[in-house]
Amino acid sequence: MAAIIKVKDINKSYQRDNFVVPVLNNISLDVEEGEFIALMGPSGSGKTTLLNLIAGIDKPDKGSITVADINIAALSESELAKWRSHNVGFVFQFYNLIPVLTAFENVELPLLLTNLSKKERKEHVVAALTLVGLEDRMDHYPKQLSGGQEQRVAIARAIVTDPIIIVADEPTGDLDKKSADDILLLLERLNSEYKKTIIMVTHDPNAASKAHMQRHLDKGDLV
Amino acid sequence: MKILKLMFKNAFRHKLRTTLTIVGIAIAVIAFSLLRTVVTVYNSGVDASAADRLITRHAVSFIFPLPYSYKDKIQQIEGVDIVTTANWFQGIYIDKDQFFARMAIDPETYFLVYPEFVLSKEELNNFKKERNSCVIGNEIAKQYNLKIGDIMTIDGDIYPGRWDFIVRGIYKPKDKTIDGTQMYFQYDYLNERLEKEAPMRANEIGWFVIKIKDPSRSADISEKVDKLFKNSSAETKTETERAFQQGFLSAVSAIITALNYLSFIIIGIILLVLANTMIMAARERTREYAVMKTLGFSAKHLVGLIMGESMVISILGGGLGLLLSFPVVDGFGQAIPKGMFPVFYIEPITIILAVTAALSIGIISSIFPLIKALNTKIVDGFRFVG
Repeated sequence: MAAIIKVKDINKSYQRDNFVVPVLNNISLDVEEGEFIALMGPSGSGKTTLLNLIAGIDKPDKGSITVADINIAALSESELAKWRSHNVGFVFQFYNLIPVLTAFENVELPLLLTNLSKKERKEHVVAALTLVGLEDRMDHYPKQLSGGQEQRVAIARAIVTDPIIIVADEPTGDLDKKSADDILLLLERLNSEYKKTIIMVTHDPNAASKAHMQRHLDKGDLV
Repeated sequence: MKILKLMFKNAFRHKLRTTLTIVGIAIAVIAFSLLRTVVTVYNSGVDASAADRLITRHAVSFIFPLPYSYKDKIQQIEGVDIVTTANWFQGIYIDKDQFFARMAIDPETYFLVYPEFVLSKEELNNFKKERNSCVIGNEIAKQYNLKIGDIMTIDGDIYPGRWDFIVRGIYKPKDKTIDGTQMYFQYDYLNERLEKEAPMRANEIGWFVIKIKDPSRSADISEKVDKLFKNSSAETKTETERAFQQGFLSAVSAIITALNYLSFIIIGIILLVLANTMIMAARERTREYAVMKTLGFSAKHLVGLIMGESMVISILGGGLGLLLSFPVVDGFGQAIPKGMFPVFYIEPITIILAVTAALSIGIISSIFPLIKALNTKIVDGFRFVG
């Protein structure tokens, strides 16, 4: 199967006060369509930075990142924003739901950037929330949900636009074992049934074991 | 769900903080409106001045009288339409706190020169017929419950003695910018008594009001009037009514200027209050803005969200303040002696200034949090710990 994500010779460093801290060194990585890959490594190894670069929320200093034949490293900020809204679904460790919006409204948020009608948006949101098993919690605010439920809302938000890839940064890092297992099961299902390409950053070997492939980073190098 | 809804929800995320900010803005707008009203009311006499009216007074000071005989001489000057006279009478009505203008005037000409004081033909004729009759403004009639035929007794101070007047007319101001708190009586009533009791003070008037045919000739006619009485025992100073009013207010102009500045300082304070609220709000939402950027929301969406939230608060505060300004200004106008501010109402320019200030404050106070939100990289936004 062809690689949907092609990371080629990328370098990334951050400026911290007067210091330049190298984070990624000449990383190259190919991810095939429909793959479920886990990026592992100790803190500061650069795995979240690599995930951010693939998802188009940061830019490499050097090298190219091609997702579905588009070199996203060459896109402008506004082009990247548009690209992300169509192609990437995000799942964060701390869910990052908007607290003043209901589960329905949080999931609807990315759809506001599309041309869908209100009725069509509602259909998409209901379908996404049903998929994650929260169709009965649509009108609940994040504070009225458990951590696991919040993360499921976040996953519904990630998939509602039907993106090419889903990036998940420590999606089970803030959850108890039961909730974490539910989330992992959901991610597996999205991968196996809906053929979503998933890249997941995790510390948790149990979470990583659900992926088809594990890649390890250490001090900015892919090992 | 729309961005607008999110904007409103954000604005009221911290209900107490937002409510206090709105109340703060409202109080500031009330203070602004009140101060601006005082300033505009002080200037209203100047603004209401007619271009075709000149005032001739004693060259030394307004308090020195002029001979009544000047009237006919002034009337002869080419370009003069009507000449009328006025004397400041003052006196005490009921008690010293009841202050309003009381003047002895020429009943034949005064209301021709001042058409803004609207009096019916019948009332004017009755006023002219009876020596001790008087005309009062509708505000005075309302305040003291006076009707046609009622007696007004005034204890004279500048002109000592007891003075009884019969109300024969109640004038109505042409519009709300015109003073409805004056009292006029016949100059002859005053003069005849002075001839008996203080002949040295008889046949003198306070000032002349000259209605001219062509307002563009005001400087030329003023010069001619003053030239006429040059080197006499009572030289004159003639100027436009506007210049006269400005000179009359010069004693308090420093206070008025200070009030004017103060009203705009208040706007600055509102700006700081709202800017502080918006900076706190935007700081707390750094991660949320990063999430929204991640989801594909662009700079224009964030501008709409942050500026919109600021505008919601400023409009609510400004609107509430403006609404409350009317009863507050009205109450203030009722509480102070009538004569101090004969006309006391919120002028349209004050409303326009308050609305403009509220809108501008909404925009300006969102600039700093906007710059911060737009310049924060997504990855830095996610790392932010508030």
